[in-house]
Amino acid sequence: MAVNYSAKEEADGHPSGGVGMPGGGAGGGGAVKTRKPDNTAFKQQRLPAWQPILTAGTVLPAFFIIGLIFIPIGIGIFVTSNNIREYEIDYTGTEPSSPCNKCLNVSWDSTPPCTCTINFTLEHSFESNVFMYYGLSNFYQNHRRYVKSRDDSQLNGDNSSLLNPSKECEPYRTNEDKPIAPCGAIANSMFNDTLELYRIDNDTRTPITLIKKGIAWWTDKNVKFRNPTGDGNNLTALFQGTTKPVNWPKPVYMLDSEPDNNGFINEDFIVWMRTAALPTFRKLYRLIERKNNLQPTLQAGKYSLDIAYNYPVHSFDGRKRMILSTISWMGGKNPFLGIAYITVGSICFFLGVVLLIIHHKYGNRNTSADIPN
Amino acid sequence: FCSWCRRKVQYGSIFINWVDSRTIYVGHREPPPGTEAYIPQRFPDNRIVSSKYTFWNFVPKNLFEQFRRIANFYFLIIFLVQLIIDTPTSPVTSGLPLLFVITVTAIKQGYEDWLRHKADNAMNQYPVHFIQHGKLVRKQSRKLRVGDIVMVKEDETFPCDLIFLSSSREDGTCFVTTASLDGESSHKTHYAVQDTKAFHNEQEMDALHATIECLLFRSKRLHFVTFIFCRPLGSENLLLRGATLKNTEKIFGVAIYTGMETKMALNYQAKSQKRSAVEKSMNVFLIVYLCILISKALINTVLKYVWQSEPFRDEPWYNQKTEPERKRNLFLRAFTDFLAFMVLFNYIIPVSMYVTVEMQKFLGSYFLTWDEEMFDEDTGEGPLVNTSDLNEELGQIEYVFTDKTGTLTENNMEFVECCIEGHVYVPHVICNGQILHDCTGIDMIDSSPGGSGKREELFFRALCLCHTVQVKDDDSVDGLKKSQLSRRSCIYISSSPDEVALVEGIQRYEGLRTLCVAYKELTAEEYSKVQKLLQNAKLALQDREKKLAEVYEKIERDFILLGATAVEDRLQEKAADTIEALQKAGIKVWVLTGDKMETAAATCYACKLFRRNTQILELTTKKIEEQSLHDVLFDLSKTVLRHKLFLEICRNCSAVLCCRMAPLQKAQIVKLIKLSKEHPITLAIGDGANDVSMILEAHVGIGIIGKEGRQAARNSDYAIPKFKHLKKMLLVHGHFYYVRISELVQYFFYKNVCFIFPQFLYQFFCGFSQQTLYDTAYLTLYNISFTSLPILFYGLMEQHVSADTLKREPSLYRDVAKNALLRWRAFIYWTFLGVFDAVVFFFGAYLLYDNTVVTSNGQMFGNWTFGTLVFTVLVFTVTLKLALDTHYWTWINHFMIWGSLVFYVVFSLLWGGIIWPFLNYQRMYYVFMQMLSSGPAWLGIILLITVSLLPDVLKKVLCRQLWPTATERIQYFKICCFLSSDQPERKNYCVLWEAWYYAGAIKPSAIEHVTCIFDPNKLSYICLEGEGQYRC
Repeated sequence: MAVNYSAKEEADGHPSGGVGMPGGGAGGGGAVKTRKPDNTAFKQQRLPAWQPILTAGTVLPAFFIIGLIFIPIGIGIFVTSNNIREYEIDYTGTEPSSPCNKCLNVSWDSTPPCTCTINFTLEHSFESNVFMYYGLSNFYQNHRRYVKSRDDSQLNGDNSSLLNPSKECEPYRTNEDKPIAPCGAIANSMFNDTLELYRIDNDTRTPITLIKKGIAWWTDKNVKFRNPTGDGNNLTALFQGTTKPVNWPKPVYMLDSEPDNNGFINEDFIVWMRTAALPTFRKLYRLIERKNNLQPTLQAGKYSLDIAYNYPVHSFDGRKRMILSTISWMGGKNPFLGIAYITVGSICFFLGVVLLIIHHKYGNRNTSADIPN
Repeated sequence: FCSWCRRKVQYGSIFINWVDSRTIYVGHREPPPGTEAYIPQRFPDNRIVSSKYTFWNFVPKNLFEQFRRIANFYFLIIFLVQLIIDTPTSPVTSGLPLLFVITVTAIKQGYEDWLRHKADNAMNQYPVHFIQHGKLVRKQSRKLRVGDIVMVKEDETFPCDLIFLSSSREDGTCFVTTASLDGESSHKTHYAVQDTKAFHNEQEMDALHATIECLLFRSKRLHFVTFIFCRPLGSENLLLRGATLKNTEKIFGVAIYTGMETKMALNYQAKSQKRSAVEKSMNVFLIVYLCILISKALINTVLKYVWQSEPFRDEPWYNQKTEPERKRNLFLRAFTDFLAFMVLFNYIIPVSMYVTVEMQKFLGSYFLTWDEEMFDEDTGEGPLVNTSDLNEELGQIEYVFTDKTGTLTENNMEFVECCIEGHVYVPHVICNGQILHDCTGIDMIDSSPGGSGKREELFFRALCLCHTVQVKDDDSVDGLKKSQLSRRSCIYISSSPDEVALVEGIQRYEGLRTLCVAYKELTAEEYSKVQKLLQNAKLALQDREKKLAEVYEKIERDFILLGATAVEDRLQEKAADTIEALQKAGIKVWVLTGDKMETAAATCYACKLFRRNTQILELTTKKIEEQSLHDVLFDLSKTVLRHKLFLEICRNCSAVLCCRMAPLQKAQIVKLIKLSKEHPITLAIGDGANDVSMILEAHVGIGIIGKEGRQAARNSDYAIPKFKHLKKMLLVHGHFYYVRISELVQYFFYKNVCFIFPQFLYQFFCGFSQQTLYDTAYLTLYNISFTSLPILFYGLMEQHVSADTLKREPSLYRDVAKNALLRWRAFIYWTFLGVFDAVVFFFGAYLLYDNTVVTSNGQMFGNWTFGTLVFTVLVFTVTLKLALDTHYWTWINHFMIWGSLVFYVVFSLLWGGIIWPFLNYQRMYYVFMQMLSSGPAWLGIILLITVSLLPDVLKKVLCRQLWPTATERIQYFKICCFLSSDQPERKNYCVLWEAWYYAGAIKPSAIEHVTCIFDPNKLSYICLEGEGQYRC
């Protein structure tokens, strides 16, 4: 026991407690309690209480109710999920037939970037807003060494951390005696493929507008990530004294041309910095907004995906994907939730029936066996 | 003279293998020259040290003591590992709780030790009178040395073990109570050494030249042989430290054992701490979990290195190691990885469990002391809890060993009648406090006219002479019955309560212990022969007691019976009811008494331990003489006990009565049962000092705060004012404590399996990199704040059935007997439930998140959101699981359970709500809120909680329906009555009906006016009573 109440020891340790007490013996030691205990409900353990008992009788309706609620919800989710359009292309290029096969062993600093184009056909049109994701497989963003390799103070615009990043960033903390901004393995390995989408209409390639803002959490973009502060808004000056991450082709202040999407508050960067939970993950890349109510966002038809292939995944057996998806109130395509709800609902319903039978059959025997007549 | 003496001593040491011998020169007078070389022996001073620590060694020694406990040591190791190596969690997460526990314990122990120091000082500085150079000197007790001649006055305690040299009483005797030593409040007579009893003042004492040889066995019972003036001394010459001088003005004695060598000090050093069955189970479970923990860490370490054998996995380009990491030796790396996994999973054995268990026990014990029903109005005493470690053991008792006198009976001896020569005499006025003034008050009911008054006179003379009662003019007589005659100043003190009653009986006639009075005439020759025999026996060096007994055996024969006296000791109120209830509860009740068989058997019949149709098996040899009866029993216990036959027989008896038990034999019987094959849980209850040994021996010792001093109460684990309170203590409090703590222990393990197992599973998806699934704050607070209070208050408040029901239906006690709720089956069930829930949480979240979007704005969640989702489901599930187990929802339970959940949500909102300054990571920023903004997260949480709770609910319902325990049946009927008792007058029927139904065997005659019919359509019962109809 961590804490040991040795009140007993206390009492025993002094059989001679009566030494100084003439006529010793009775009433020798310990506080003599003469006061009658209070007659309060709490002290007498008689607080009014609700005493529910889980019996077949009480649980039966609950099972039926759960069944009746879960099954419709499940069906609803399932239908919603099925109505979601999702299209996925693996552009890793491991297969020799793939147009991106030539870029398979690309390295970070290949200039000009290796480009490849993949044509695909959408069978169904995407009616509502389309979300464009890139997906990586076998990429351990959740590795401990990787997860902690960042400095949130630096990313929050703290000037001292900018020049003196946290030790957690090692070995991506400094390069050539200059602090790296943004430091750490996560930032260093930022996804840098460029994806462009074209609609092919009678051999004409129409670029599809990809919106790069609104892909990161609002709170991340506006609160958690901040550029360093100082005189003026010239990011180049603010990042003075730091160096770019080793793998990056250009420094952080040149990620984007727009000032409100540059530096640490670049949304692609912020998205990447939110480390994924599992080794197979997708990250939001671009948004495709529905232009008007008359035509779908992406009509059924031919499309082509232009890839500036910079990000090597072959060395660790990884895969790269591009995903186009519409979104409902419950997110993307996810058959699990609907099926799970339907299954659990059905099980509950079934159990309800079983319990009803048991209750009828055995309830009688158990509870009325001794009843006379 | 001296040489002869020494020769004798040497002779003594030849045939006995003495363990320790010492030579004491009385008054430090060295032996006359010419004797052998005088080697002064060194003896300790008279300082008593019961404290464990000094000011200087407190911190190191206390820390050492605390870390010797396996749990604390384990947490210390974890903490050190966290400090030394790079581990996934911060050292604060385990250091802070450990520091808290250690500090609280240290403060408590420090305070206790300070109290001990205070007591020691009081004892060591207590003034003692002793003789120095012919003068009486007052000094502090601690300065006393072996060989000093000490003077002790009346009512003072002896400062060390003394040889009684002389007394102020003419006959060289003194009276002593050992109430504070062994609790016996009776007065014992001790005799001064023959040769010195004439020395009455300091000068005479100072002139004394004497040597004492002490030969001592260091066994538990001190055999004590000393020599003074070549005279063997016995225990009647020895005055022990701690005993109190009574009824004697002053005595002189010489110190022979001082300080820590006194018998008192030697005796109280060897006390073992009692541990409850629950605690033992808990420790076993702990070891199981420790094994699970180690195997988890091992599996993960091995898998990590298997997985990492491909270099692109060990060190992909995006996640390079630092230079020192790369250079580190492979085995060192593997070992640190193993330790890191240990740290990651260490929460499976939480510090908080110890704190919670201790708090539950400590706070829970207050309900016992607060119990109004266990308060005795007459004495103004309530129950006392001396240790809260054994609360739950009260619900596990299989054997109750009870003392008779003072426990089952009132210990209030009243003279009822006497029988002389076959004529029965009863008091003229029957008791009721009426006093008769002298013997003439005896009304001869059956007096034969002309009966010789001589016999009666002889009878009363025998009664008047043959006793050890002392007349005392002071009324501060402890322990013993005080005379109710306020106008009389005479109070009788004696070594046996029987005798007091008798003497009082002669004085006045009040209230059936019988005592035979017989006589024998001795001629002068015979007398001198007898006297000589006795004297020789008393002087014997060896087997003195045995030889004395032989002599007495020789003399005490051919007696002429004069008559008999009868003394009544009334049964305690509700003793029979209590015993009946205990037996119904499956507890075997044994009565261990020092009384003779007939008296004890009569009490057993009276208190329904034996019934009229009980077949009595007597393991005695019938003899009229009690002494031989005693011998027979003693021999029996010696031989049969060893052969286990006694045990075999007794275990198959419904009740056992052991008579003529010495205190140590009582303890032996308890020990015998305790160590028998099934290791049953024993409880000993008694009121007197003669019960202390058995109280200490039994698993749970209960003291009755009774007449014979507080010794039993002080040495007990729990003390109650009356025997009848045992019923509520065991059947209600014990049952509650057991149910509460077993759920608490199981639940703690369960909730930590739920907590840690997802972490384990997560390792398979994060490259065995020891990445935590949950944020540090969650890891730290899970056991401290989010899930601690509901279970603590469950542990304090839970009542699975009402206290009244438990009291009315003692057989419910059988439902929890033999540690039923902590058996392996239950433990495995809980553990598997935990694993199942953990799998549901983890893979549920996994499937929910796997490669998909769960927000309506298309944005993605990261690993912390994943962990938070698992954690949210976890906190809700384990809290709701407890809610499902709670049968007694007071507002406190509601507050704690719902409050904890609200607290979790509020905390999470706050924790993620701002950018925390001084924190080097902001990973939880807005994670919780973002999660709540996602519909599928809500749906997932609800689904996973439902799935996690489903199997447990199903198991509960099915077990209840198909194999209900007695408790569950009672619970069910409780509802029935609950529903039907909207009209108060119906409640009675419900109660009757419940009792009748539950018992099953009880024929409906008891409730023939109620008939119940099951109504299958309504799943309810209809009860008919006359014209009325009730529905449950």
